[in-house]
Amino acid sequence: MSSKFTKRPDGRKFDETRKIEAKAGVIKKADGSAYFKIGKTTAYAAVYGPRELHPRHMQDPKTGILRCNYNMMPFSSEERVRPGPSRRSKEISMVTEKALGPVMDLKDYPNAVVDVFIELTETDAGSRCAGICAAAIALADAGVTMKDMVSAISIGVIDNNIVMDLDGEEEHIEDVFVADIPIAMVPSTGEITLLQMDGRMTKENLLEGIKMVKPVLKNIAEIQRKALKDKYKR
Amino acid sequence: MSDGKLLVKDKEVVVPGEVLVKGMGFLPGYGTYRKEDEIIANRLGLLTVDGKVLKTVPLSGRYMPKRNDIIIGNVIDILMSGWRLDTNSPYSAVLPLKDASFNYIEKGADLTRYFELDDYIVLKVTNVTSQKLVDVTCKGPGLHKLRGGRIILVNTHKVPRIIGKKGSMVSLIKNATGCKITVGQNGMAWISGEPEMEVIAVNTIKMIEEQSHVSGLTDKIHAYLEKATGKKVALAEDKPDNEMKEVNKTESSSKAADSKNQKDFLKSRDSESLTNIKKPKE
Repeated sequence: MSSKFTKRPDGRKFDETRKIEAKAGVIKKADGSAYFKIGKTTAYAAVYGPRELHPRHMQDPKTGILRCNYNMMPFSSEERVRPGPSRRSKEISMVTEKALGPVMDLKDYPNAVVDVFIELTETDAGSRCAGICAAAIALADAGVTMKDMVSAISIGVIDNNIVMDLDGEEEHIEDVFVADIPIAMVPSTGEITLLQMDGRMTKENLLEGIKMVKPVLKNIAEIQRKALKDKYKR
Repeated sequence: MSDGKLLVKDKEVVVPGEVLVKGMGFLPGYGTYRKEDEIIANRLGLLTVDGKVLKTVPLSGRYMPKRNDIIIGNVIDILMSGWRLDTNSPYSAVLPLKDASFNYIEKGADLTRYFELDDYIVLKVTNVTSQKLVDVTCKGPGLHKLRGGRIILVNTHKVPRIIGKKGSMVSLIKNATGCKITVGQNGMAWISGEPEMEVIAVNTIKMIEEQSHVSGLTDKIHAYLEKATGKKVALAEDKPDNEMKEVNKTESSSKAADSKNQKDFLKSRDSESLTNIKKPKE
């Protein structure tokens, strides 16, 4: 299959992610916190709670609930981001909640809420995945019961080539078809908790991409676990 | 059936999703769960191997009310028949009338005569329901309203370390600074004494919280206190006779200081003399 796209703009291999950095316990006042940096995308997550849930009509007497809030800082991208909730940020908050939900166990906290605030100080594609990774570390740091980590990354299809972790430049390549698929997964079981798509691609490409992403996500999970352990290194 | 092999060492930090054991030779305890033939951690904590049982000791997280805990509460609302208190946990507690005072409180009495909004009280948790409705009492040894002093928040999992074995650590700070200190299980601590000494006590507690994993911490704290206060401090351990004398001495001296301090910063409060505090049990 001949393709116009043979080399990635920043020289990475097709299955190579950007450089990843993670740290737990960066916000002192929060019950748990973390930052997760992948390339030029930086996400901070702070967890507060479990705490009393207001408004009261949202309370669930059977279990505690998880509430995520995704927010991009006004200066985080080239175009100023208008502060306050937007259609986009509300959607991402919701999918983040659903991506993290399956590993959480909040049965011990009826009527309570665990609040997760995700702030992006710098964005260059893949921000929801960075947000999910940061939030998972922060939740573990807060001592909340969760059966496993959640790791996320986006895969892309550029002109029929499957590539890992698109950056901002690749997302906007013109003249060829570009698809961007953020995926979140529970690394031990391989359960997919987030799968979205922007662009178009073939079924074969998607299945191949999901196969390729598994070892990458396991690697990210290790980075997340290491960040937590490093916090308690003596 | 294999015996099970421990993949992580005892007393090591484990994180959610980490496989601790492969095989059926061990049992999952608090903070762990079994999936097929593996035992996996589901909370961040220190792994403790207790015979064949694996459990984790949490390092972080909020306080969860537990029966018989001694805690410090903050009055946030006055109800028809009691008080609602913030307990530094996800759930507020209710102090019913009958558990508030040894005296009979008549129906419709002005409850603010006993506890005002924003008062801090040393309490004991009497009951916690499955839906986390918390009842507390203020009747019992060492339970009372707190007057003056300052409240600080500490990590609830570090409270046993702050109190020390049989209260050795907290009595060391008390001896050195002459402050009265009450540490609640819920991570609220009350300190009252001379302002400079209060600051030293607060810094010491923060230090213990940060270095709770260091062995020989008592000696380190002892040295720090001697340096900070510029006085010789008797080590309370192993010498119960000495400890008693020491406590008596500091208490009488702090009483004199209290009466002076009251004029300074308790002007607006009522001038009832400060009652002696018994520290909560470990």
